Amino acid sequence: MDLNHAADVEAFRAEARDWLAAHVPATPLPSLETREGFAAHREWEALLHSARWSVVSWPEEYGGRGVDIEHWLVFEEEYWAAGAPGRVSQNGINLLAPTLFDHATDEQRARVLPSMASGETIWAQAWSEPESGSDLASLKSRAVRTEGGWLLSGQKTWSSRAAFADRAFGIFRTDPEAPKPHQGLTYLMFDLHAPGVTVRPIGRLDGKPAFAELFLDEVFVPDADVIGEPGQGWRIAMSTTGNERGLTLRAPGRFLAAADRLVELWQSHGDPADTALRDRVADAVVGARAYQLFTWANASRFAAGETIGAESSLNKVFWSQYDIALHESALDLLGPDAELADGAWAEPWIFSLAGPIYAGTNEIQRDIIAERLLGLPKGRR
Amino acid sequence: MRFLPTEEQSDFARTLHGLLAASDVPAAVRAWGAGDHTPGRALWARIAATGLFALAADEAHEGMGLMPLEMAGGFVELGRAGVPGPVVETAAAAVLLTRLGDEALAKRFLPGLAAGETSATLTLPGAGPYALDADAATHLFTVSAAGELRLAAGAGPLRTSIDPARRLALPDAGGELLAAGPAVITAARDAADWARLLTAAQCLGTGEALLARTVEYAKQRTQFGTAIGGFQAVKHRLADTLIGLEFARPLLWAAALSLAPGEVAAAKLTAGEAAYAAAMTALQLHGAVGYTEELDLSLWLRKARPLRDAWGSPSQCRAAVLQERLR
Repeated sequence: MDLNHAADVEAFRAEARDWLAAHVPATPLPSLETREGFAAHREWEALLHSARWSVVSWPEEYGGRGVDIEHWLVFEEEYWAAGAPGRVSQNGINLLAPTLFDHATDEQRARVLPSMASGETIWAQAWSEPESGSDLASLKSRAVRTEGGWLLSGQKTWSSRAAFADRAFGIFRTDPEAPKPHQGLTYLMFDLHAPGVTVRPIGRLDGKPAFAELFLDEVFVPDADVIGEPGQGWRIAMSTTGNERGLTLRAPGRFLAAADRLVELWQSHGDPADTALRDRVADAVVGARAYQLFTWANASRFAAGETIGAESSLNKVFWSQYDIALHESALDLLGPDAELADGAWAEPWIFSLAGPIYAGTNEIQRDIIAERLLGLPKGRR
Repeated sequence: MRFLPTEEQSDFARTLHGLLAASDVPAAVRAWGAGDHTPGRALWARIAATGLFALAADEAHEGMGLMPLEMAGGFVELGRAGVPGPVVETAAAAVLLTRLGDEALAKRFLPGLAAGETSATLTLPGAGPYALDADAATHLFTVSAAGELRLAAGAGPLRTSIDPARRLALPDAGGELLAAGPAVITAARDAADWARLLTAAQCLGTGEALLARTVEYAKQRTQFGTAIGGFQAVKHRLADTLIGLEFARPLLWAAALSLAPGEVAAAKLTAGEAAYAAAMTALQLHGAVGYTEELDLSLWLRKARPLRDAWGSPSQCRAAVLQERLR
């Protein structure tokens, strides 16, 4: 057992650090959940891509560097430590791209991935529906066969990034007669500017349109934009949600950097007599390290050829709770300045509050942990 | 980087696991708590035969060299089985004597400790005043804040812990002066880090034992005509218990790899809190029967709190984590 990176990984780290030091914007970009910020972040994605840092783990032919998960984790550490902007393209890169690598045709990969890597096409996810959240298999939006493709109708909601994004991906019911709710679903991609699509931005708690409702009225999708076999959408989507909860959505680097900033805040704002708050700062340091090490152990399992299944639910509950606790500690350290909406910790705190809700609520994750990892009986939800 | 135990490391833990599973550890714990050390010593001899204590002594004195990673893996199993006695203290004493590098002292004490023929308990500067199991240990070492290592002649009256299998006593003042000076202080600091690391390992094993027993109980115990393990409120407490333990484990590994004080403190803090949370969940989900000493569960339930606080309370560990960060 060891925690030392090989020389090539450390060289990669140094290269990333140098590039980021030279290119990370000196002043933070406007929030990516605004039209102005979305455009600025799209430019940042293009700059990242020009030096092949936007998708380091992808094969080189699609704009990546073909590196393994250890390199990727190291890159993420450097990325967040450098104070680089949030990733406006993360839905596409973390959720759709893994699905394309596993299930798409060569033609689809060649057509979709390069513009995703460059930020030219920003993707929104379209999973949830007004009556289908954690019980995703109950979704009702349908795709009906037509000549050369499918016609989408129905309503999607909580569609992250959809207010300003270009395209979306999701699953739709193609066989209403299928005997079970998770059968007869199809995974496909569609254009958010296609005829029949209405996008209604939804303001999140701070009013920024971080997501949207999508109303779909016979939106045409060519056969070329169906991923995998029609009817297999559930199986394909599940491999994507595993990614969402597992390693790729929240790299430990993000929390290590946030914990560092919290320690700095403690040094500048902390009251030495407030040992309760000091202890929470210590917990944030320990939690980030625990998450990093847990992820390294999982990465080592991957490298040894093992797969991670329900264990990704442990991750999701851990980081989502950790994220909130860390940001609450920061707000407590700021005292009267904490409530100022333009403060450095206000938007990240708002962002953290969604963690236990999305990517499968923490209640559902705990059910998965209890049933699949501890072997407890299935019960009514 | 390969942050997983090697086959050899896993095999060693499995060997201990099998040995302990085949021993009647609960009977030894109950006897130990009643002052009868015979079954506990027999258990100790079987554990020592695996080479566990040799992992805390150098090769010149019948040891295997200091191998904290293997030792921590072994101590997870001791915690899981609920093994009584000054196991952590014996290992820490062996580390102290190995680190001190005093040939005469090493020759006098280490071979016996490494082979498991003798046991030791000790008090170190900055840690609690009580020596664990001073009535049962072969040697009672003390290190003063000024750096005097002594062999105490005896100890005050035995005090019982919340865990009856842990028996505490204040060492008598004085005793044979074995060594003194800065080297003692340095060696004692290393020994304290080992004690903290191995207690963290014991905590992790204790927490895992509590969780496993509670999961089994929740599958069998029925209320309202169904197994309580099917209720979401029960499942979620058990899921949270598993999360706590699973995120403590890699901290323990990293601490054993580096033995850096901040890493060791992080591991102890996290494993101690996870084990105590596991105990509280076990108690709640077992209900009234869990609140009795008759059920074997009590052997682990009563350990979780003292182990959480021994060799570094959560507060001390948090301070150590931040101290390393702000240095």
